Amino acid sequence: MSTVVGLLQEIPYQELLIQTLNGIVTGMILALIASGLTLIFGIMDVVNFAHGELFMFGAYMGVVVISATGSFWLALLLATLIVALIGAALQITTLRPLLGRDPLTTILATFGISLVMQNYALWQFGPVARKIPEPFSGQFTLFYLEYPWYRVLIAVLSAAIIGAFYLFLKYGTYGIWIRATTQDRVMAEAMGIPVSWVHTAVFGIGAGMAAASGVLFGPLVGVNHAMGLDWVLKAFIVVVVGGMGNLGGSIAASIFISLLEAYASIWVSPAQAVIVSFVVLILTLLFRPTGLFATPK
Amino acid sequence: MSKRSATVYWTGFSIILALLILAPLVLTEFWRRFLTEILIWGLLAMSSDILIGYTGMVSFGHSAFFGLGMYGAAAALLMVRPPNLWLAILYGLVGSAGIALFVAYFSTRLRDIYFAITTLIFSQIFYVIIFTWTEVTGGENGLTFRRPALEIPGLFSVPFSSETLHWFVLAVVTASYLILRRITQSPFGMVLQSIRENEARTRAIGYAVERYKMVAVMLSGLFAGLAGVLYALQNRFAAPDFVYFLVSGETVIFNVMGGIGTLVGPIVGAGFFLLLREAFSRFFTEYYLIPVGVIFIAMVIFMPQGLLGFMRRWLNQ
Amino acid sequence: MTGDATPMQPLVAVEDVHTYYGKSHILHGVSLHVDRGEVVGLLGRNGVGKSTTLKTIMGLVHPHRGKVLFAGKPITSLPAHKLARLGIGYVPEDRRIFRLLTVMENLRTGLDRHGMTEARKQGLLEKAFAYFPVLAERRNQAGGTLSGGEQQMLAIARAMMLEPKIILLDEPTEGLMPRMVSQIRQIIDVLHREGVAILLVEQNVPLTLEASQRVYIMEKGAVRHHCPASALKVGDPLIQQYLGV
Repeated sequence: MSTVVGLLQEIPYQELLIQTLNGIVTGMILALIASGLTLIFGIMDVVNFAHGELFMFGAYMGVVVISATGSFWLALLLATLIVALIGAALQITTLRPLLGRDPLTTILATFGISLVMQNYALWQFGPVARKIPEPFSGQFTLFYLEYPWYRVLIAVLSAAIIGAFYLFLKYGTYGIWIRATTQDRVMAEAMGIPVSWVHTAVFGIGAGMAAASGVLFGPLVGVNHAMGLDWVLKAFIVVVVGGMGNLGGSIAASIFISLLEAYASIWVSPAQAVIVSFVVLILTLLFRPTGLFATPK
Repeated sequence: MSKRSATVYWTGFSIILALLILAPLVLTEFWRRFLTEILIWGLLAMSSDILIGYTGMVSFGHSAFFGLGMYGAAAALLMVRPPNLWLAILYGLVGSAGIALFVAYFSTRLRDIYFAITTLIFSQIFYVIIFTWTEVTGGENGLTFRRPALEIPGLFSVPFSSETLHWFVLAVVTASYLILRRITQSPFGMVLQSIRENEARTRAIGYAVERYKMVAVMLSGLFAGLAGVLYALQNRFAAPDFVYFLVSGETVIFNVMGGIGTLVGPIVGAGFFLLLREAFSRFFTEYYLIPVGVIFIAMVIFMPQGLLGFMRRWLNQ
Repeated sequence: MTGDATPMQPLVAVEDVHTYYGKSHILHGVSLHVDRGEVVGLLGRNGVGKSTTLKTIMGLVHPHRGKVLFAGKPITSLPAHKLARLGIGYVPEDRRIFRLLTVMENLRTGLDRHGMTEARKQGLLEKAFAYFPVLAERRNQAGGTLSGGEQQMLAIARAMMLEPKIILLDEPTEGLMPRMVSQIRQIIDVLHREGVAILLVEQNVPLTLEASQRVYIMEKGAVRHHCPASALKVGDPLIQQYLGV
């Protein structure tokens, strides 16, 4: 009996609580990034390797707008819009010509784009990390802890953006177009839906969502040209674990994996905590290759 | 192959081989090493072509095979005294084969994109392990070691010079090329190509597709590991950077630029890419990837059959 | 409006069209036409290219040679979504309704167009529900939960939401019970009375001969015979020749 009590006392409750919150926050950001990725894959079978770079560009646009205007919110808005447009432009110039070809080509093209974008950012902004200042500081108390308000804001805003998008998909006019195109591209076309523009729009939306994540996440870490790489890998893991093209699944997977990683970081270094996501991936591939959270059709 | 085209082919082959043999005698040190590097990356790209070009499986995992070959060789050269060339090769091949087996087991059940992403993630797993397991792998700084001598035990032992190393690499790469060529033209190779064309049909005919895929991955991993060993020999260090998935990405770039499914194409692609990098580095310093990347994207869109495919078409006209 | 067909011009004209799927030469110079308000039947065995002909007209595949004209204007290289807006409705083999969308949402894919007022949309919806009461009942159900016959009705209703001048119907009665088959027959008549032209691909010969004014018979990727529907009877040796098992 006393050993059980002893064990219970060993559990670092404070740590667990903090990490739960951290896990949820990171999970929401990851969900925002992964949503765009899974959407793009679901509708046009494109594996967007450049997604992490769109995230990175968003963060840099945020830096630029804040240094010009000082307003975080303006930065969030403008970065999202600008990168959405950049995404749409990229889709029109490099992905449309590849429609109908081997899916390998889109992986390659987006990989090439990611290389160009990374180096362009390095060229323009240099290797030193920039900072996005938090729009407000201050912490709130939960039990015996202090937890920064800003992080809570990130989670709430990410959830709001995803929620708004979900509503748009379900009830908006163009939402129906997007859903119809995802299910049956050919028939959507035959119903008068301009499918190639829907593809462009979706790519732009996905890019915008990635950019928003970048600005939101910016104050937590430094903004530098390589920040996209880790996130894109995690996002891919999330997309596979959640089920390709499954929006709800990728959100659930994002939170699940982020929580596990956050807990793991209590005991191991963050660099090693990422192994958790790899393990989850391997287990998913072994036992439920269509995705842990995929709804059986 | 018809008698006529066979003679043309082997003549061309001999000429190029002769040029490559003579090259180190006329080139400066810098270009000599450059050429050797092209051969090594070419071997890596060739191994990748087995999967991409012949079996139709896009893999981003080659950095893992390459890296393990490199570290395997490093292990042999650091742990066994005196440093032995053949042991290094053996360790490297065993290392990469082991990884290839692991990757093969998991990924050959997956199709296309899932396979690509999974190999990417696996290569990152190895990167993280190598990067963080500092006691064994030297972590971020990697490992350095001395180059072993070229020796046949009991017969002779002579340290490598820049030229002899080049010839050694050339011999290994040429032998690999010939072996791979033989394999791709064998019945086994035909089945691989049939899998690329139409996997379902190949399965329906009765072939155990998964097994063929696994062998293809193992084969690919072996030669990629060999490339890693050669790289370790040439540069005398092993670093985690080479296990990062970008190396896999670059390998795939070589494949596409050169022409997939041609075995020779990837070597040409490697050469082309490295030359471009050299050229653009002069003007753009470390941002050479911007113009090179743009060229790559343009090639994916407009010249998907790669340089070799393009030349073939051009010559046929 | 992109110009109504003059009385002499057919609504849809297919002229010497050659269509390929990859390397397979499917259509070897198909020519046919449909006049305004006509019901035209397209008969032939499986695999002769009937569906491909419809897909070519709809712009879902593009021919290597030959022309497709709509109200006299060439539409051969236009994408399908433009043709849907011009007034061509398509009801494919196996229906292809959007399974995860509700019945309402399926209909809305055709309704949400330029220049459609809420009133007009409501009107069209009510018409669809009047013709297909079962769709009204199931309006919030996902398309995938409907029975085969109901899905067929939804597919037709969905095409009707485009207010098309011609509907391309690909084997609408396939796999349906006799009661549903006669319902389809009635719909064809109703559409005909409203002035909508129909190009009907069918295996059901008696229904096709009854419902159409003219028929074409295809074999091996080309039109082999063409006559008014009244000139053919079910037992005709020609039918036996081109369609017999």
